[in-house]
Amino acid sequence: MARLLALLLLLAPVIPAHAKDARPAAADPVLEKRVMALAAELRCLVCQNQTIADSNADLATDLRNQVREKMRQGASDSEIIDFMVARYGDFVLYRPPLKATTLLLWFGPLLLLAGGAWVLVRLVRRRRPAEDVDISAAQRSRAAELLAGSEAERR
Amino acid sequence: MNRFLLPLGIFVALVGLLGVGLTLNPREVPSPLIGKPAPHFELPQLHESAKTFTEKDMLGKVWVLNVWASWCVSCREEHPVLLDLARSGEVPLYGLNYKDKRQDGLAWLKTMGDPYRLSIFDIEGRVGIDYGVYGVPETYLIDRRGVIRYKRIGPLTPDIVKNKLLPLAQELARG
Repeated sequence: MARLLALLLLLAPVIPAHAKDARPAAADPVLEKRVMALAAELRCLVCQNQTIADSNADLATDLRNQVREKMRQGASDSEIIDFMVARYGDFVLYRPPLKATTLLLWFGPLLLLAGGAWVLVRLVRRRRPAEDVDISAAQRSRAAELLAGSEAERR
Repeated sequence: MNRFLLPLGIFVALVGLLGVGLTLNPREVPSPLIGKPAPHFELPQLHESAKTFTEKDMLGKVWVLNVWASWCVSCREEHPVLLDLARSGEVPLYGLNYKDKRQDGLAWLKTMGDPYRLSIFDIEGRVGIDYGVYGVPETYLIDRRGVIRYKRIGPLTPDIVKNKLLPLAQELARG
């Protein structure tokens, strides 16, 4: 009996609990799909590392509503993107555009990788000549003597 | 000796870049509206809801638009600075009450003091979006032709008012 009660108590909070989701408007599923698709390309400026599709911030909700309203008015995706960029700048695009100013952002890592590889190759090439030195038999026995001597010292 | 110059040079350059980076705020999103005309709005006033206010009312004058809300904690921080600015009479101050409840906004101004000539009431935040507002408080300096010339993201400080806002406002008033 006590166990049943405990189980019921544990389950009780689940019933009224609603996760406060980024809830889309119920109206038009086709429109909603389009809204969320575009929202996934726009950055939430409050969180900055989430899209307005994912974010629960107030601004994200407002911007989604703005997107939805514009789509209802017949705006195209690119018109809505221009609208957002005009107000917030390029940073509102979740994927940075490829422009003269963002070339370093896009290709920097690649350049660094290429640079690092070049340095590595040069380093390896320089180290390789571990050539054998030609010495005479007398020098070889002298060397053996010296090596034996130093070993004796160490013991 | 020469072998060490290249890595040392790269190191120094990197330290320089990182040092500059430390002084920057990565969360700040620079506004694309600087140098562009202030977006048009016509909104009801906070105190007298029957009256409206538009940016066109301010043509011919240099003015400051401050975005605030009663729920905004940082706005409390900058409020004394705004009161001082209003008292100085150097440049007219107008408020944009952003996504607030009218009663809360009015009560806040009553308690904290009202530095604004008037405040407009942007309940949905649409005008805020037009102005690229993403965090409250934000402040705009607008010139006589209605062009935005400066935007401050975050609370105003006495230093910014003295060294950035007022000098620019005075320059715009002259020219």
